[in-house]
Amino acid sequence: MNTRFIIQRLVFSLLVVLGVTVVVFMIIQLVPGDPARVSLGQQATEENLRARRERLGLNRPLYEQYVSWVTNAAQGDLGKSLITNQPIGPQIADRLPTTLQLAGLALLIGMLIAFPLGIISALRPGTIIDTVATFVSQLGVAVPDFWMSILLVLLFSTTLDWLPPSGYTPITENFRDWLEHMILPAMTAGFISASIQTRFIRSAMLETLRQNYVTTARAKGLRERVVVLRHSLRNALITIVTILGLQMTALLSAVVVIEIVFVLPGLGSLTLDAVDARDYPLVQGTVLVMAILVTTINLGVDIIYFLIDPRIAHMEQ
Amino acid sequence: MNNILSMREQDGPAPGLLAEALHRFVRHRLGMLGALIIGGLIVVAIFGPSLAPHEPDHMNFMSPFADPSREFLLGTDDFGRDILSRIMYGARVSLKVGFISVGIAATIGTTLGMIAGYTRKRFIDEAIMRSMDVLLAFPTILLAIAIIAILGKGVTNAMIAIGIVYTPIFARIARGEVLRIKNEDFVQAARALGSTDAAILVRHILPNILPPIIVETSLSLSFAILAEAALSFFGLGTQAPDPSWGLMLSESRKFFNNSIWMGIFPGVAIMLTVMGFNFLGDGLRDALDPRMKNVR
Repeated sequence: MNTRFIIQRLVFSLLVVLGVTVVVFMIIQLVPGDPARVSLGQQATEENLRARRERLGLNRPLYEQYVSWVTNAAQGDLGKSLITNQPIGPQIADRLPTTLQLAGLALLIGMLIAFPLGIISALRPGTIIDTVATFVSQLGVAVPDFWMSILLVLLFSTTLDWLPPSGYTPITENFRDWLEHMILPAMTAGFISASIQTRFIRSAMLETLRQNYVTTARAKGLRERVVVLRHSLRNALITIVTILGLQMTALLSAVVVIEIVFVLPGLGSLTLDAVDARDYPLVQGTVLVMAILVTTINLGVDIIYFLIDPRIAHMEQ
Repeated sequence: MNNILSMREQDGPAPGLLAEALHRFVRHRLGMLGALIIGGLIVVAIFGPSLAPHEPDHMNFMSPFADPSREFLLGTDDFGRDILSRIMYGARVSLKVGFISVGIAATIGTTLGMIAGYTRKRFIDEAIMRSMDVLLAFPTILLAIAIIAILGKGVTNAMIAIGIVYTPIFARIARGEVLRIKNEDFVQAARALGSTDAAILVRHILPNILPPIIVETSLSLSFAILAEAALSFFGLGTQAPDPSWGLMLSESRKFFNNSIWMGIFPGVAIMLTVMGFNFLGDGLRDALDPRMKNVR
């Protein structure tokens, strides 16, 4: 049963990735008019146009183009940039760590805020701290991520001069510098992530605190801390893990935006530059990698979810 | 007899149910606050030209980066244009993009979801829903950016992009609702009476799945407005010199040392609008569909 569930999810994810490749492949095909002319501009000579069409593979039948693109992509060969003529794979590999580091740091900050806030407000519903938590989470959902970036820069860089407003140092070069440049973007994404998490942690905790086994635990005279952490939180975790997973897509979306604002060399800024330069193969590469990342995370969450609570597989049946 | 009564109740919300829902909504404090914010915003968007204290594009070269004052309530930008007037005009852009893009998503998504849920041919259901899964695999803003890479920059293409991005959510909700009610007595009765599938879907099923769709519309409007602001912020949506909240915030970044107001007020406008639609959506959910309370 275990392996069957996991194989099912794996096949499903593979199908999604296959669908993703079709969508991403179509990016060039769907450009209105002649993608070669769009990418080269109106002044392009006929000779240049022919060369560009050949490079984009546009002179071959559609299915042939797709098959060769997918086969190459599966081997890590995403083609070459139209602008720099550099292979795209290494460029993405270069940028991916920044995006992942930012997402990881943001998730951590989000959890550090959301867990205490969500648990306390569930323990004391209707009190001031609960109202504050609800308000903060409503605020976090409504504040645009790029605007929060601006506000944090205005406060911590322009006014207080504590942190640099933008820029980046790789973690391998200088950890302190890296942290100084990452902390504002990570706080922005972390706060937004916390606002969503808090709501779900609160409601998951409220749900488990109402259960009979919690009442029993209290009746046995267990200390409140043990009741909350070992009996209530542990069971609430099942819901929370799913939400954290689902939230990763939203978090990656926010990270894309935030790294553009803070000029961090991640996949988001690479995509935007590629769109600006009409570098279609590069757009395809970044979008493909991000979608595969999301699908992998979702698969991971499904499996973790199942490991925490094997009843899930039976329910799916 | 009992069956006939329950069939009547199911066949579209009766007037009594609507009055009940309205009553519930009016008592929902946050929902009413949301309705108030959005109502005010719609008034500003429609009557902006007669309400705005200045022309949004009028440049006062003598007073760039002015602080808020009696003449310029929210200050001026780098060209000396009145920030308040530009925000009021920007409300039009935001609401237009919001309504049109969510309109696209709700129409296409609900239609696809209804077909997927209702069809007896499994491969149609699978084909539609797996395509929706594929769209959901992309981080939303990245998918919108990719679609704009295809269609080109501009506010119209931004609306199309946002519309496509939010289509799967409506499809999932509509399919789930159709699956829930398609075997109910009133649908079977309509079929027995010889109604065509299209008539059953439009006349009997659609009215019954509307409440969650309406709720999702309100919540999606807030996301759509955020997405438009983000795309315009990156220079992919509304183009200068049209006033758009996202674009105004983007321009403010160059002038942090001259004025902070340019970077604050358009953001407040976005935040209030998004909160307005979220509160409205919560209120509508509790009023129209009490079962869904606390689901999201």
